[in-house]
Amino acid sequence: MDILRLATAGSVDDGKSTLIGRLLYDTQTAFEDQIDAVARASRRTGGDGEQINLALLTDGLKAEREQGITIDVAYRYFATPRRKFIIADTPGHVQYTRNMVTGASTAELAIVLVDARGGMTEQSRRHALLCSLLGVPHLVLAINKMDLVDYDEAAFRAIDQEFSRFSERLRIPDLSVIPMSALEGDNVVQRTTKMPWYEGPSLLHHLETVHVAADTNLIDLRFPVQYVIRPQTTEFHDYRGYAGKIATGVIRVGDEVIALPSGMTSKVTAIDSPAGPVEEAYAPMSVTVRLADDIDLSRGDTLTRVNNQPRTTQDIDAMVCWMAPEELRPGMRVLVKHTTRTVPALVKDIEYRMDVNTLHRAGADSLGFNDIGRIRLRTTQPLMCDDYQRSRQTGGFIVIDPTTKRTLGGGMIRLP
Amino acid sequence: MTTTMRLSHLAALEAEAVHIIREVVAETEQPGLLFSGGKDSVVLLHLAKLAFWPARVPFPVVHIDTGHNFPEVLEFRDEYVEEIGVRLIVGSVPEALAAGSLREPAGNVSRNALQTPVLLETIQKHRFDALFGGARRDEEKARAKERVFSVRDEFGQWDPKNQRPELWDLYNGLLEPGASMRVFPLSNWTELDIWQYIADRELALPPLYYAHERAVFERDGMLFADNEFLPRREGEDIRMEKVRFRTIGDATCTGAVRSDAVTNEDVLAEIVASRLTERGATRADDRVNETAMEDRKREGYF
Repeated sequence: MDILRLATAGSVDDGKSTLIGRLLYDTQTAFEDQIDAVARASRRTGGDGEQINLALLTDGLKAEREQGITIDVAYRYFATPRRKFIIADTPGHVQYTRNMVTGASTAELAIVLVDARGGMTEQSRRHALLCSLLGVPHLVLAINKMDLVDYDEAAFRAIDQEFSRFSERLRIPDLSVIPMSALEGDNVVQRTTKMPWYEGPSLLHHLETVHVAADTNLIDLRFPVQYVIRPQTTEFHDYRGYAGKIATGVIRVGDEVIALPSGMTSKVTAIDSPAGPVEEAYAPMSVTVRLADDIDLSRGDTLTRVNNQPRTTQDIDAMVCWMAPEELRPGMRVLVKHTTRTVPALVKDIEYRMDVNTLHRAGADSLGFNDIGRIRLRTTQPLMCDDYQRSRQTGGFIVIDPTTKRTLGGGMIRLP
Repeated sequence: MTTTMRLSHLAALEAEAVHIIREVVAETEQPGLLFSGGKDSVVLLHLAKLAFWPARVPFPVVHIDTGHNFPEVLEFRDEYVEEIGVRLIVGSVPEALAAGSLREPAGNVSRNALQTPVLLETIQKHRFDALFGGARRDEEKARAKERVFSVRDEFGQWDPKNQRPELWDLYNGLLEPGASMRVFPLSNWTELDIWQYIADRELALPPLYYAHERAVFERDGMLFADNEFLPRREGEDIRMEKVRFRTIGDATCTGAVRSDAVTNEDVLAEIVASRLTERGATRADDRVNETAMEDRKREGYF
């Protein structure tokens, strides 16, 4: 059994909470005490009494309940005999773009919800764009509320085609379009008989079977050193291990490796994993690597291969999603955390701001809260990076305020 | 070749937790690990051991002792800490009460509310800037929205509306002076994952987690162990039952469930069949109201 990490985007109006509630309820993940609590709340908020409001299963913080909105990313868990699922449940409104970006950053699959009655909206276009920008490899367009259009095939086809035209400008490696009714449970867990014209799987069946193993980059070895382990005990007197999480690729005992930025080479003599010594390890394992030589290598450095290296550079060209009230402007000094390396950097230039609804690019002097734009940074020390679309692990970075230490935004590196 | 290179769910959760633990040690000055002897903290301390093997765990463990603990748990705590070879720091509610820095509200036997000030005092005294906790997001709805690296202000308070965005696996471990962090490496684990991991890695737990004969009485639909800290009310008769505990906390607010599960496999089968969340089944402290956990966290609780 493996884990599938997914993100859902949409608003309460699209039936997103009902959809997640339905998944939890129908896979028997929701527990009786949770369902009781929801049934009590359904009566209190004036639901129609008989039917429990599944959306309340995903209810969160006090302020959210008071305002009837979702503010922050909530993480939900459910499992079937085939897979464990981690859902990053993100709010849909434009002022919460940053939360959706957070949820999408780790997702292998994203579900974008569309109301069958209204078709594509600005919001659904924005969600698809963000998934493409964040490099989510699998997208499900969930055309919901089919019960309200009498399960009509033509309504489904029209939205499907509209989305296809829009998504030609995006990078979506794998797209599935599923008609459903979360409220009625059609095509969520069980395939429905009400839409004989649809031959595809139910949403859950798709989630259980979607092939994600090939999405992990096992080609380019990148091992950012996180921590150096030196026990200095009698038993392990000479032990010196480089601990870290393999960002991408595979590492084997006997491999020739090069340390960056020093450029010194050595050979892997042993790999220790949580399960004991192993001959090979692959992304995203957390391991400790030992080398034949005592070379200059510490936290923030990267072990890689001589003939397949990341770009070592101080000039960063990136798309950023800005997540703080204070504006991003040229000349601003920030900290950049990339893999295990945190370095001071200077914002050189803002090339454009992207309209997340239309993909239109416009010149900009600054980026505000929830804006997405292309910028150039100059770092005080080199970063060992890859293009984000090739590796989210070595292509992504966060921007930190050097004074308040708050996280200001996330960036996706573009290499020419 | 590539299709076999996919981690099982337990291996993936383990790798993620080890990464988080190492990241905290690399980025903070004075980390510590909150250890109660409960199953989640046992898994957490085990992962900390793996993260730095063959070196020692490079930080102390901290226990906030309410003075209302099950003796079996304290015994287990001391043995496990000894076995791992870490230093144990105890923040004691009874000591704080005796010293007068804390007062017990009249008529209230649960010391849950008293834990928070003692925790904050212990953090301050030992200058911890990061404390690991074994909390999981599946436990409770306020936890479902908390970050892995959860920043607390100088009063230890959590502000759910002002959390740092947490992208990819790039955790921001930097802090403003005075602030501190609670870090939850088990965020993405469920109760079932914890038990599968315990069974798979053969981790030892306090005996309370497995079915045993115990003198209990019933209150508010929950079974409580007869113990010196919890005065019985009228009509609450003691009887012997075969029970086990799904969570272990303060003896005054942690209930037991009827069970025949004596092995890890039995427990796993029981959890799969269970229709109640572990907190719903056995924690009186979360039953107070719908936002009990959120309110306590805002005040500095884990």
